[in-house]
Amino acid sequence: MQRRDFLKNSIYVIAGASIPLSALEFLDPREVLAKNPSIHWAFLIDTHKCVGCGFCVKACKTENDIPLEANVTRTWVERYVYTKDDRRYVDSPDGALHGYTESRVDLGKGEFKEIDPENVGKAFFVPKLCNHCLAPSCTQVCPVGATYKTDDGVVLVDRKWCIGCGYCIMACPFAARFFHPVEKVADKCTFCYHRITKGLETACVNACPFGARKMCNIRDINDPVTKVILNERVGVLKDEFGTKPQAFYIGLASEVR
Amino acid sequence: MKSHVWRPLFVVILLLVGILTFRFFYVPNDFVSGEYGFMYSYHRKSNVDEWMAQPIKYRDTGKTKMHEYCGECHSEEVEIRTEDLHGTIACENCHGPALDHPNDPEKLAIDRSRETCLRCHTDLPYTTSERKRIPGIDPNDHNPGSECVECHNPHNPRLEEM
Repeated sequence: MQRRDFLKNSIYVIAGASIPLSALEFLDPREVLAKNPSIHWAFLIDTHKCVGCGFCVKACKTENDIPLEANVTRTWVERYVYTKDDRRYVDSPDGALHGYTESRVDLGKGEFKEIDPENVGKAFFVPKLCNHCLAPSCTQVCPVGATYKTDDGVVLVDRKWCIGCGYCIMACPFAARFFHPVEKVADKCTFCYHRITKGLETACVNACPFGARKMCNIRDINDPVTKVILNERVGVLKDEFGTKPQAFYIGLASEVR
Repeated sequence: MKSHVWRPLFVVILLLVGILTFRFFYVPNDFVSGEYGFMYSYHRKSNVDEWMAQPIKYRDTGKTKMHEYCGECHSEEVEIRTEDLHGTIACENCHGPALDHPNDPEKLAIDRSRETCLRCHTDLPYTTSERKRIPGIDPNDHNPGSECVECHNPHNPRLEEM
């Protein structure tokens, strides 16, 4: 009899364990509908318009208290110069904090390359920032739950909870994250969350004199920037990583990493 | 249970209970999973408000908005600027963040340095970028060392009276 009882009991246990507790919840339809928030922030960068002035970088650093002399930045501008003898140079001196005031390219480690103006084929500037991806690899790897994506689509870092392990900095394919030199935690572009939630523009969008940077609520179909993203040909960086970035670019070349 | 099993088991149970108790008190109880599930949006809920409360420095004085904020008192400069291409540059790019101006700070710093103008006006030979449409100079040739504003009115460089 013991074996029969044991089998009976185990069947009861298995049957019970297969009912997930969530099946016993009653779903309020209002709650389900509320979970599709009416705001989702997206960013649009027009690389045709960027001149590399770097006002965006300066504005971002000032607005968000990133020390100007530190070699870290939440956003930066890269310069791509293609020469007629089939070479390609990419640089970003100080993240373009001081703009581009020299035609010689910064190769890093104190080396520079003078480029003959006759030799320049294509050249353009690419501003970059955190893409606030839909499936961010950075939030996945955080061991303590300090970095996360808000309901309106902004990826933030909880300064009080971050332990500074740096997993998220390593996990970001776009190299958008860094160690904050003063706060000693991970930091990154927050889409100026304190500004956009009050109806202001982000510091970089506000500073750009040429309209190369724009931001929108992609759930608002009447927003002119949303219309551009939905109707024009836009691209994203590093699509192969599968993180589904929400910063869209007009005029990207395939060599832009 | 034999004591050689019971004693280490006791230690393990004690450790487990200790860790769980510490976790109960240390981890804030407003941790939630947001819209994007546990994988992407597990967070401490009050942090969202903390980020929203960050103090605002720049007052949105780009392009059209400068009329609203700066134009209230500085209507003359705003008018001069809107007649020129320099009108697309936010006032705060050269004048620094407005913070709570005019209460605090009473006066905004004016960045007269050469480097500010050179950001756009260094002549770079890039024909495929918007940069080509900006008139530029070679900073080593054109009055090196002096400030641009000594000769050019930054609000409207086309003004002839200087």
